[in-house]
Amino acid sequence: MKDISCKLLVIGAGPGGYVCAIRAGQLGVDTVIVEERKPGGTCLNVGCIPSKALIHAAEEYDRIVHLASGANPLGIRTTQPEIDLPQTIAWKDTIVGRLNSGVSGLLKKSKVKMVQGRARFRDGKTVEVETETGRQIIRAENVVIATGSAPVELPGLPFGGPVISSTEALSLTSVPERLVVVGGGYIGLELGTAFAKMGAKVTVVEAQTRILPQYDADLTRPVSKRLQALGIEVMTRAKAKGLGKGGSALLVETESGSEVSLPADRILVTVGRRPVTQGWGREELVLDMDGPFIRIDERCRTSMRGLYAIGDVTGEPMLAHRAMAQGEMVAEIVAGHQRVWDKRAIPAVCFTDPEIVAVGMTPDDAQRIGSEVRIGQFPFAANGRAMTKLGEEGFVRVVARADNHLVLGIQAVGQGVSELSAAFGLAVEMGARLEDIAGTIHAHPTQGEAFQESALKSLGRELHI
Amino acid sequence: MSEHLIKMPDVGEGIAEAELVEWHVKVGDLVREDALLAAVMTDKATVEIPSPVDGEVLWLGADIGDVVAIGSPLIRLKTGDEEGAASGRDADRAPEPPARPKDIEAQADGAVKTSDAVVEKQAKEAPQPRPVEAPQSPPARMHRPSARRMEGDKPVASPAVRLRAREAGIDLRQVPGSGPAGRITHEDLDAFLAHGPQAAGAAGLAQDTSVQAIKVIGLRRRIAEKMALAKSRIPHITYVEEVDVTALEDLRASLNASKRAERPKLTILPFLMRAMVKAIAEQPNLNAIYDDEAGIVHQHGGVHIGIATQTGSGLMVPVVRHAEARDLWDCATELNRLAEAAKAGLATRDELSGSTITITSLGAMGGIVTTPVINHPEVAIVGVNKIMVRPVWDGSTFIPRKMMNLSSSFDHRIVDGWDAALFVQRIKTLLETPAMIFVEA
Repeated sequence: MKDISCKLLVIGAGPGGYVCAIRAGQLGVDTVIVEERKPGGTCLNVGCIPSKALIHAAEEYDRIVHLASGANPLGIRTTQPEIDLPQTIAWKDTIVGRLNSGVSGLLKKSKVKMVQGRARFRDGKTVEVETETGRQIIRAENVVIATGSAPVELPGLPFGGPVISSTEALSLTSVPERLVVVGGGYIGLELGTAFAKMGAKVTVVEAQTRILPQYDADLTRPVSKRLQALGIEVMTRAKAKGLGKGGSALLVETESGSEVSLPADRILVTVGRRPVTQGWGREELVLDMDGPFIRIDERCRTSMRGLYAIGDVTGEPMLAHRAMAQGEMVAEIVAGHQRVWDKRAIPAVCFTDPEIVAVGMTPDDAQRIGSEVRIGQFPFAANGRAMTKLGEEGFVRVVARADNHLVLGIQAVGQGVSELSAAFGLAVEMGARLEDIAGTIHAHPTQGEAFQESALKSLGRELHI
Repeated sequence: MSEHLIKMPDVGEGIAEAELVEWHVKVGDLVREDALLAAVMTDKATVEIPSPVDGEVLWLGADIGDVVAIGSPLIRLKTGDEEGAASGRDADRAPEPPARPKDIEAQADGAVKTSDAVVEKQAKEAPQPRPVEAPQSPPARMHRPSARRMEGDKPVASPAVRLRAREAGIDLRQVPGSGPAGRITHEDLDAFLAHGPQAAGAAGLAQDTSVQAIKVIGLRRRIAEKMALAKSRIPHITYVEEVDVTALEDLRASLNASKRAERPKLTILPFLMRAMVKAIAEQPNLNAIYDDEAGIVHQHGGVHIGIATQTGSGLMVPVVRHAEARDLWDCATELNRLAEAAKAGLATRDELSGSTITITSLGAMGGIVTTPVINHPEVAIVGVNKIMVRPVWDGSTFIPRKMMNLSSSFDHRIVDGWDAALFVQRIKTLLETPAMIFVEA
């Protein structure tokens, strides 16, 4: 097979890799992208997209269950629904499929050459790819490592049998009767909630003192409340020890030190993700590492010249939109533009019920760095639109510097607040002051009004509370 | 109730127009008889115009800086009684010469009618005082950085501004932000790109882009016109020579030390004036007025030396008349008197005109060399530079000597370079051996 020479080689067609390749192609950079599986990476195939499809289906199902269960204030009467999970999964797969071909189309449109197979470095400038038709050598002036991440396995609880990762959870063909989720982070809670809504009896086992430990208690309280309402049992300070006898139970060491056996049809392990730093020839390179991650600088350059790394393989936050922004930047750097990572905020969203969105600094963050802050918090209970959606739980909170009112961070918890991340991100990225938000007309009736009101409240000028 | 019209008075000497340089009153003011209304300036003199009657100012016929023809309406006053009105009409008529051309009269009447209309209109709106002119808003200033960033704070800027800065190679930490919370705007970036870090605001410094419009009026305008005329009409040749004034300075010091009390203190200028008189006796063509339109050089017998004098309001040139008939002390006395008069604004028209050659001296400020502008329509000007002790080679060694440069300009149309050099060399000789100024060869 004839060797390929190119200016830019991207290893991994996840959100970081494919965006990098598309942008490079647009800029006229001769680009090749290598992907072992389908384009789109974790996010599109076994992450963000399919989980949101499943969450949505579960939400719809739960809503109807709720409406059918008796008197509801909306006056809707219906009968108990049923869910055909294989059908749901098939629908999810069509969405994933559409996006797969969408990404392929975009790459093609940008004149990026796609090579399918597993890439392996020979040296810093040469990569060999095992393709279906043989070994392909690719030489490149610049290489971007975008190999992503994979679910972490617990030592006493290897994947297989009833023990599944998020990947398998998204392709289950039946709703498990009893599901134990190990790990109360956002992935575990999102999926646990979805399965609970579809009828599973869900138990969450979390080693820390509370769920979603990266968020403050104010933000997670509405989620905890909802988990309880859904009948999800949350065990904190509990450690999964291994499978019980027969593989149909999980042994858990509780807070008090006693061991209990939780009967489980499926055990979903969501204790985090690890960077994929093996299996692609890293040992052939001399890359500085940053813990388990590849060390990068503010231009995503690794310790080797012409070698970049982006996305989950470079560290937290492991979020698709961070990888995309990195990919875009690296493509422009390779095309000769002056770029540097100067983003102010990477929004983070939990698609729990209710949703949590966090941009920039929380009050705790600000306190940690010793900043004097001004905080405004406005509850959805005082927001008309939230009332009409039966979504009064939650609030919007804005954190700003006390001296000049520069907005440092914005968080919200509530139904559908994920879409507010756009406004929050823009405000922080543009360097808005509280007065800017307070002075912007927010359409009525929307949940976004709570954003404006939170700013007004921080200024002592709230109108609707 | 009636009105009284005051016209631009005839300030004499066949002058056809005068420039209004100052209003002492404004519309709506009540004035007493003999109160000063305005100041006008002619070619040489400033004339105050007093009010002939008591009354209220209704209308002002010119703005400061306007050149107004003699006899044009200048001020209209409302007088309170018939007598005043009558006298007003008398006054109106009185200055009109019987042979006044019809067209001018018609013009003047027209002007009066127009102002009548103005008066009527104002009468209707009478209770309302003339709106006070809005105080000039302070000149729009370049926006200044408001809240300065603390050390180590990240610069606040939108992504678009950050990208532009990145591409321009600018470190935003160096750019002061004028926006809220010190946000760096596109304009801040523009300013930084245009002026660099210092102009854009090192601590405490700010750009001042204000522009003040100052009307060039009065003496300043006349100086401007005169300089422009001289420089555009006269091809100047400037000749600089150094003069050893050690002996002259010794003489001057001796004279000042031994002079009678009533005599003025001598400066170097009276010596120069006397030397010029001597040199002019040999080269009379340099003491002249060149009427270039007529093609005639008026070569004067009398040496009337203009002395360029800095006054509070600008450059004036009082004239020492007939320097050829004045001795050293007389020259010094007259020089002092005129300089004082000019500085006090008391110099008369006669004292400020009629020079045939001019001396310009910046005194102690003198500098090394000047390129004097000829006092049009004269043909020569002698510039005095500062006396400095300089080392002079006497053939075997350097000796300290008091040296002074003379920077002199000549109208090259009338004066050849040779003649100019000859003139300056003659003065040099006289000043270096000052006895020759006073002794006939």
